[in-house]
Formats: sequence, C-alpha cells, structure tokens
Amino acid sequence: MRRTSFIALIAVMFLVAGALSPAVAADTIKIGLYLPMTGAVAAYGQMEWDGIQIANAMMPEVLGKKIELVLVDTKSDKIEAANAVSRLIEKEKVVGILGEAISGNSMAGNPISEAAKVPTVSPTATNPLVNQGKNYAFRACFIDPFQGQVAAQFARDKLKAGSAAVIIDIAQDYCVGLANFFVKEFVKLGGKVVSTTYIQTGDQDFSAQLSAVQATKPDIIYAPNYYTEDALMAKQARDLGINVPILTGDGAQADALIEVGGKAVENMYFTGHFHKDAASTERSKEYIKRFKEQKGKEADAFGALGADAYFLLVESIKAAGTTDGTKVRDALAAVKDFQGVSGVITMGESGNPVKSMVINKVENGKFAFVTVINP
Amino acid sequence: MTATILLQQLINGISLGSLYGLVAIGYTMVYGILRLINFAHGDLLMVASYAAIYGVALFSLPWFVSFPLAIAFTGCMGIVLDRGAYKPLRDAPRISLLISAIGASFLLENMALVVIGGIPKGFPRPAMFAKVIDVLGLRIQVLTIYIPILTLIFLAGLLYIIYRTRVGKAMRAASVDFETTRLMGINVDRIIAITFLIGSSLAAAGGIMWALKYPQVNPFMGVIPGLKAFIAAVLGGIGNIVGAVIGGFLLGLGEIMIVALIPELSQYRDAFSFVILILVLLFRPTGIMGEPITDKT
Repeated sequence: MRRTSFIALIAVMFLVAGALSPAVAADTIKIGLYLPMTGAVAAYGQMEWDGIQIANAMMPEVLGKKIELVLVDTKSDKIEAANAVSRLIEKEKVVGILGEAISGNSMAGNPISEAAKVPTVSPTATNPLVNQGKNYAFRACFIDPFQGQVAAQFARDKLKAGSAAVIIDIAQDYCVGLANFFVKEFVKLGGKVVSTTYIQTGDQDFSAQLSAVQATKPDIIYAPNYYTEDALMAKQARDLGINVPILTGDGAQADALIEVGGKAVENMYFTGHFHKDAASTERSKEYIKRFKEQKGKEADAFGALGADAYFLLVESIKAAGTTDGTKVRDALAAVKDFQGVSGVITMGESGNPVKSMVINKVENGKFAFVTVINP
Repeated sequence: MTATILLQQLINGISLGSLYGLVAIGYTMVYGILRLINFAHGDLLMVASYAAIYGVALFSLPWFVSFPLAIAFTGCMGIVLDRGAYKPLRDAPRISLLISAIGASFLLENMALVVIGGIPKGFPRPAMFAKVIDVLGLRIQVLTIYIPILTLIFLAGLLYIIYRTRVGKAMRAASVDFETTRLMGINVDRIIAITFLIGSSLAAAGGIMWALKYPQVNPFMGVIPGLKAFIAAVLGGIGNIVGAVIGGFLLGLGEIMIVALIPELSQYRDAFSFVILILVLLFRPTGIMGEPITDKT
C-alpha cells in the first residue's frame, strides 16, 4: 500500500514537472556548456565557467529573453564530452553550445552538434582539426599553426635558441599538433631539434625523459603540454640540474601550475591568449573590473576566452534576430572587428578567428606580460 | 650516451623502483592474507596525501606531526573500508569481493573529487626532503636515498610482525583457512582488521613518499601508482612481501631504462609495464618469488 502511494506520488511529481517545464522554457533562451569541471584539466573548465558567469551577468538577455546556462561536466574525458553534447541537444534543447575547453574533447563533441545543426563556440580548443570540415563549429581563440609559429620565432629571436628539446604529451591532440607546428617553423628558421621525447597525461615521473634530454644539451625545452604535467616536469627538470628556459603553450597557463611548480616554473614562457595588462577593449576593462569584484582575484586567460565565446554566440543570436541554428551560424561566420575581452576578433576561414597573441612568463609567482604579437 | 647519463638513469630507476616497492608491500600483504586484490589500495595513497596536506595547511602542524597523523588516519580508513566494503562479503564468492574493491576505489576517488575538487594541489615539501645532492655531476635527490631505506625498514618490520609475533602467527593461520582459524579460538575479524590497519598504513607511507617526490596531489593520483604496484607485486609473486620489493625495483629500473636506451620509445613506457604483467601471468603466474598456487576454500 505504502509502496503504491509512493509510486503514485512520483508519477504526480513527474506530471507536474512535465506540465511546468515548457512554460519555463518559453521565456528563456538556453545555452549549453560542456566543460571539464573535474578530471585532468579541471582548472580550465572552472576558469572558463567563472568567465562565462561574469559575461552572463554583463549581458543576461538576448532577443528580450533571459539567457539560461546549462552546464554539463565532461570529466576531462572524450566519451563524456560526446555524451554531454548529445544530452544538451536532445534533452535540454539548447540553441547553441559553448565548449569544450580542450581540443581532443571538442573533436569528440563537434560531430554531434554539426549533425544537429547547433552552432558551437569553443573558448580554447586550438587544434586546427577541431573545426576542419565543420560548418557549425567556431572558436574564440587563435589556432595552433599560428601559436607554434610564434613560439618558434620567439625561441629563435628573443631566447636566442639554436637547439631545442621537445617533450610531447602523446595522449593529447593539442600537444602533438602544437609541437609539430613549432618544430616545422623552428627548423625553417635554422634551429635544430636535438631530442623529441614523449610523456602521457597522468604520468608523474619524467626523470628518464629528462635525463635523456639533458644528454643532448638543448638551449631550450619546448613542452607544449597541460599545466598538470608541465608543473611536475619543470620541477623534476630543475632537480636534475637542467636550467635552460622552458617554453610552452596556452595550455599550461593555469594557477595550479604555479601552485604546484613553485620556484621551478619561474621564467617559464607561454604563448597565450590574454593578459589583463594587455587589455585593449572597453569590454575587457569592464570584464576585468567585474571579475575582480565578484571572484576576488585577477582575470585569467581561460576565463576571458570563456567570456568571449559567450559574447560571440550571444551577439550572433542578436544579429541573426532568431535562435535558428543556421541563421546564428551565418551571423557567427560574419563576425568582424568584434570587440572581445581578449582583444579584437574577426572570424576567418572555417570558424577560426584572426586575432593577436600575447607572450607571458612566470615572474615572482605570477603570470607577467611580456609582449603582444599581431597576426 | 655518456657514463654519467647512464648512471643518472640508474639512479632515476632505483628511485622510482623503490617507490613502487614501497607501495607494493602493503598491496601484496593484504593479498597474501586475505586472497583479496584490494584495488582501493592506490586510492589510500591519495587519502593519505590529502590528509597530510590538510594537516600542514589547515592546522599548520609541522610535517613530523602531520605525516604520522595522516598515516594513522589512513590506517583507520583501511579498517572502515574493510568493515564497509569487505566484511559483509566475507563468505561470498571471491569475485564479489573483487567487484566490491573496484567499487570502493571509485567511491574514494569520486568522494575526493566532490569534496576537494579536481584541481591539483601542491604538496608541501619540507626542506630536508627537497634537497638535491650533486655527486660528480650526478644529481641525487635526498629522497632517492631515504625511500629505499624506508622501504627496507618497513620490509624488515613487516617480516618481523608476520613471522615472529602472535598476531603474525594468527595472520598466517587466517591466510590458510578462516574456519579452522576460528575454531582455534582466534578472532578472525580482529586479525583481518589488523591486516588492513597495517596494509593501509603502508599505503599511506607510500603515498606521502610519492607526494614528496611528485608534489602534486589530485583525486586520481593513486590510480597509476596502484596499478604499477600491482604489477610489481605480481612480478615478484603476489602475496610474497620480499618479492614485491624486488618486483618494484625491477619494474622501476625497466621503465626508466627503456626510455634511457631508446628515447624514441618513451611513449611505450606504460605499455612496457603492462606487457610485463601479461608475460608474467602467461609464463610464470607465481612470479619471481612466488610459491605454487594453492587454492583456498
């Protein structure tokens, strides 16, 4: 008896929920987010989520309706990322998607949103393959061929490096791709790659690779990996007495790198998206101010890119005047001189923005701005 | 490759191998007595590391107070784990226990994920453990010297407990047959609790050493050490404590040497470990030091 009444209660609850939800959905516009909130690259997801929340507060409405954010955690995993996109489209009926933070996971998610004709904007997936052959996939960041090229030029011109050792996380599409672009340009500029060694996401011991690197006496180490591995790697490199500069990509620029790496990551150089000291647009000033007020810390690159992805999508919905996927897609493709948080964005071919890059380094336990490089 | 680099790589290998050995002795001890592969063993490393961090960071305890407390805490966690996940299944088929162990492992990882979050934390490394000595161009972390010594001390202590004390005798009896041991008037549940207390404390000591060497703590930090320690234990002959230490050293040296000799193959480092596991299971399932397998029950 008790059991039947319990089941009846549940049934009634479902009925009520079912009756209410369309009414709620009607006056909001749903934007889906799939981000790594836990797992190996959780720091990116959490930083981007912070940035998107600030952006949402700065622009909470579009087409006269309130914007509702639906966040799904991908656990930093490719399969979870694909499932998250399916869930956002089929169950949550979102009109657009922001994410994923890293390239490998975006590559798992994008084919699904492409098939459903739902536009996506990734804040920070920089591998060129992410958008290749896709009509509905966009991003807010530059792509790795440019990043690798700038890194190589910086290594040759500013760090005066004749030889480089490359350490690659073989499990990440991003790291493999970026390392290739760097090597190509570095060799073209007359540099020599003296050693190439591999690590894997989740590895903790790099002593064997580093001792092998040490034997080749490189001028710099190029390690375009994520912050978790780069922090431990830098620490072990310094312990082994390897004191050459370490250059890395945008993926290492998280506070966790400094927290774990401490002194070992001092003077580590990054090619990156954003530094608050290089902010140029009105929107970025407003964003930096609000971020500091609400989150109690300085604005970081990943948050800024998260905000830009949000602004790009919302402004495009506004420009299209509708939430129809194809029309929003056309508006995104037509973005020109967009005043973003991370700088001025013009959408180039296949949803890849043309925008400037900053070079940062760790100085006194903080990310410091070095220079800005225009495309 | 110069002689210096080769020696450096040997040191790297011994350093890594002794750490595998340290984690493996607790693993293999629990197996030896209960015939249970405690998959949650690796996650106890993580629990201990977080406990040590919070001891140092939140209560600002010095490390020599915080570390033993973390070890004691993890030891008690081991008993709780036994009471919660294994004791109710004492008379169930082996496979149920194994599945329960996998569940316990996931539970610990995901609880840490929810409570603490997924962003890695730095591990506070006291100055005396962070030192690096320079000998003839070789860079030796002081930890590389401490860890093998600690491993051997624990090994000796454990051998003493198992072969020279009454509790140890009871443990060995329980490892042969629970029922008969009970009939001899021994409280088997108490003996098993003690086994878990010791095994988990060893995991905790291993976890703290691990975190001192690789000072980055996250909810999944115990997965790979757990797997590697398992391979080390199988390689040495699972259930055999001396074998676990030998297996750990061999595995660590092998992993480092394959990268040292052929750096291009560095991406196959983990594959190397698992190939060893498969080969041992295929051709010498009892491992290096293992006794012939006798099926209990």
